[in-house]
Amino acid sequence: MTSYVSDRMRAALGEVVDWRVSFPISASDIRRWAVAVYYPEDPPREFWDADFADRERGGIAAPAEFNPFAWLVADQMKPAIRPERRDPDRLEKAIGIPGPGLRHQINGGTEAVYGVPMRPADVITSVTRLGEYRERTGRLGRMLITVTEVAWTNQRGETVRTGRDTSIRY
Amino acid sequence: MNRDARVGETFTTGFRRAGFAEWNRFAAVNDEFVPIHMDDAEGRAAGYPGAIGMGRLQWSYVHNLLRDWLAGDGRIVSVALRFTGPQLKDVEFAPFGRVTAIRGEEADLDVWIEDAEGATLASGTATVTLPGRG
Repeated sequence: MTSYVSDRMRAALGEVVDWRVSFPISASDIRRWAVAVYYPEDPPREFWDADFADRERGGIAAPAEFNPFAWLVADQMKPAIRPERRDPDRLEKAIGIPGPGLRHQINGGTEAVYGVPMRPADVITSVTRLGEYRERTGRLGRMLITVTEVAWTNQRGETVRTGRDTSIRY
Repeated sequence: MNRDARVGETFTTGFRRAGFAEWNRFAAVNDEFVPIHMDDAEGRAAGYPGAIGMGRLQWSYVHNLLRDWLAGDGRIVSVALRFTGPQLKDVEFAPFGRVTAIRGEEADLDVWIEDAEGATLASGTATVTLPGRG
């Protein structure tokens, strides 16, 4: 059985496959995120009431899991090979090597260690490295499991989040 | 306030349902308009009974659970979650947490999401701070 992991993919482990710089986070970004993840309940006051947040929480902060890179970003790594939209081979194309060409991709898991909170006006930079490839056969057939290592910092160089994301391609 | 937290304590925000109303709102803030989250036919083509919810939204539901339990009196230090089953449209599910260790002002927890039939959709661990506990 041919491996999904080519020699070039294996040699790329540890390489930066993506970096992004967010636009400044707005209070509206935080408010809308909170509305979406708490729907149909109302989100906690700390995410939308500035007076309450100032009094009780030291100011408005985004939910820890907030994604400041949704929609457009201010700057990002230019991929060596332009991917299709939602391209499962996006990671490999970013550094100019062929991917396994699998059709589907789902989220296998996420690990995050949180540092300082994200607040309005913060600009977040993320750096993603290729961490690990594993192959496994499961309910969805033969699968390629890819782990990326991520590090987020704010405009002061403070660590916001580190972690690992696992994707499953099949 | 969880200064009274104890090892073995289990908590949940309760069973609920989610479907396109929740997934579309999350897609709008996370730019996650992916066909398997929006279209039953795409979900079936990917091997599921229909469209499935986003892993990132389950991730948020676990964070909501932890925030609810902390009640504004601590912070989430870390979370690790593995997605083991699809969250299907309008099938009841609930996030759970259980305290596994308390070390000074930090608590370690198991966290998971299960559906009404007891199937685990996601499972992992978390660490939170419990100010005033140490």
